[in-house]
Amino acid sequence: MISNSQLVNKYFRHNKKFPHIWCPGCGIGIILGNMLRAIDALALDKNDIAFVSGIGCTGRAPVYVDFNTLHTTHGRALPFATGLKLARPEMKVIVATGDGDATAIGGNHLIHACRRNIDITTIIFNNYIYGMTGGQYSPTTPHGDKAYTCKLGNIERPFNISQLVEAAGATFVGRTTSYHTLQLQNIIKKAILHKGFSVVEVITHCPTTYGRINKKGSAVDMLRWQKEVAVDKSRADKMDPKELEGKIITGVLMERELPEFCEQYDTIIEEAQNQQQGKSK
Amino acid sequence: MSRKSSYQLMQGNEAVAEGALAAGVNFFAGYPITPSTEVAEILADRLPANGGKFIQMEDEIGSIAAIIGASIGGCKTLTATSGPGFSLMQENLGFACLAEIPLVIVNVMRGGPSTGMPTSPSQGDVMQSRWGTHGDHPIIVLTPATVEEAFQYTVKAVNLAEKYRNPVILLMDEVIAHMRARVSLPPASMVEKVNRVQPNMPPEWYLPYERSATGVAPMASFGDGYRYHVTGLVHDAKGYPTANPNECRDNIRGLFTKIERGFREICMVDYECMDDAEHAIVAYGSMVLSARSALEQLRESGCKVGLIKLGTLWPFPRFALEQYLPQLKTILVPELNMGQIYREVLRVNAGKAVIEKLNRVNGTLITPNEIVKTVKGLIR
Repeated sequence: MISNSQLVNKYFRHNKKFPHIWCPGCGIGIILGNMLRAIDALALDKNDIAFVSGIGCTGRAPVYVDFNTLHTTHGRALPFATGLKLARPEMKVIVATGDGDATAIGGNHLIHACRRNIDITTIIFNNYIYGMTGGQYSPTTPHGDKAYTCKLGNIERPFNISQLVEAAGATFVGRTTSYHTLQLQNIIKKAILHKGFSVVEVITHCPTTYGRINKKGSAVDMLRWQKEVAVDKSRADKMDPKELEGKIITGVLMERELPEFCEQYDTIIEEAQNQQQGKSK
Repeated sequence: MSRKSSYQLMQGNEAVAEGALAAGVNFFAGYPITPSTEVAEILADRLPANGGKFIQMEDEIGSIAAIIGASIGGCKTLTATSGPGFSLMQENLGFACLAEIPLVIVNVMRGGPSTGMPTSPSQGDVMQSRWGTHGDHPIIVLTPATVEEAFQYTVKAVNLAEKYRNPVILLMDEVIAHMRARVSLPPASMVEKVNRVQPNMPPEWYLPYERSATGVAPMASFGDGYRYHVTGLVHDAKGYPTANPNECRDNIRGLFTKIERGFREICMVDYECMDDAEHAIVAYGSMVLSARSALEQLRESGCKVGLIKLGTLWPFPRFALEQYLPQLKTILVPELNMGQIYREVLRVNAGKAVIEKLNRVNGTLITPNEIVKTVKGLIR
């Protein structure tokens, strides 16, 4: 496996001013690092990778890494990525998006990208909160938890992202946490190789906002919590629902084969051109 | 498809679609909306046959996002919409301005605000097209007055977008979009096509936002080996976000400079009977047709009236007025809004001539007779 210094040398932009913008203890760097390890393990050409993001802490990930990088507007990474993928079907398009970006302001785009089954890998960094704006509740903030716009407790029920995207038509759904780094690499690898719309939900931590207001302790405490609540799908399948209460099932949750959008569009082009040639004969 | 140069009966929206194809547009993303839907329908049919692509997105926010993404991938892109959809596009329009992404938005104007009058003509989006997205930004807005111009201006819009790496808006009256006229379109080989300048230096030397002498930076397509960063944050020449005041200034001022340098090329103005005119009508879009007819009647009755026809609304072609101000006593600005270009005319005139407006916002047109009556009233 690639060493950390090799990873930094190979994938980080040398002409970008560091340090990065993330807080000490943030989980985003762990996910980004393991995404790079997954890409390296697949031996993909950097020229063939487009890394697209929306707005928020997660939205800042692309600028540091040496791919074709596109930092779009809030919630809109997926439609930008959709246009890019159609223009460049040979490229691997990877989207990084947070829970608010993906499921609140970008929720409509998310379900439609799932439905279309376009060959894009979407990594959703789910830390249960809007971090960059200082800790407001998001569509995944657990019921009863606090945020700076619900100090008395969240009265809204959260989305289960993995269930949402599966219902919407995604053809690959994986979930893991920022604690389970090897599993994270493996799932991202599988998601990138999957032909169709793949979603990887990564449960992660924001010690600065969500952690602080909900008294979850340090970043290490929050990682420990991720370790404790995660149950691998192979084990979860044998457990009864009572035992699984409060647990997070991880692993490749679902994979299916359905026609991919760009490939289908290619057949439309072929058919349209055949029809036209028929007309001109 | 090779089309011979011959007369055809065609509506404005159809002419826009033909113009897009002739200009080399190979990607369209859109969302159905009256009164622009024909553009999407025609391109959904025609693009794949030309090897291009069409996608119907979940909304107009997604539509403009998709054409930005495709443009970054190297496509020539266009979308078509109307007021409510144009409102939804505004945030990403700003992204395209700042990130300097070539694209064309066709906005077939309907009566507004809100859902307004979906099938009625209006010119209510003139100021929205200029200032609809937040922040200081340059924009190019063209407005055709005939079906033939709908074709020509669409070609021009695509070419300007490519040349200046800037979004271009084709603002069209509903009545032009749906009017059928006899037009003669040039064969595809006769249509001028401008392609964005691409970098020719090795990738390690490429600075994506370093402007060349023309004021425009060469634009690499994703996937061509020039790995770079595109962001909606104010950025430096490398494309990276910056808070350095000098770099922020250079970024924003550079956007304006490139359009200022192209000002004369961008501005399309036609003059009719202006040489000896003491009175002028300033018109654009469908109002040009009423004004032309009025002009004929007024000239017949001996009034020294001329027409200044604006094909470009933004940047505002102020020279078109300025050169005639010394000879003009009055200027009439008929518009299907409450007076949006009227204010520009007032600003440029700076008190030299008497400026009058003639406005209508009830979903009907201003007739030639009304213009004749108003001009005669002004002259008296």
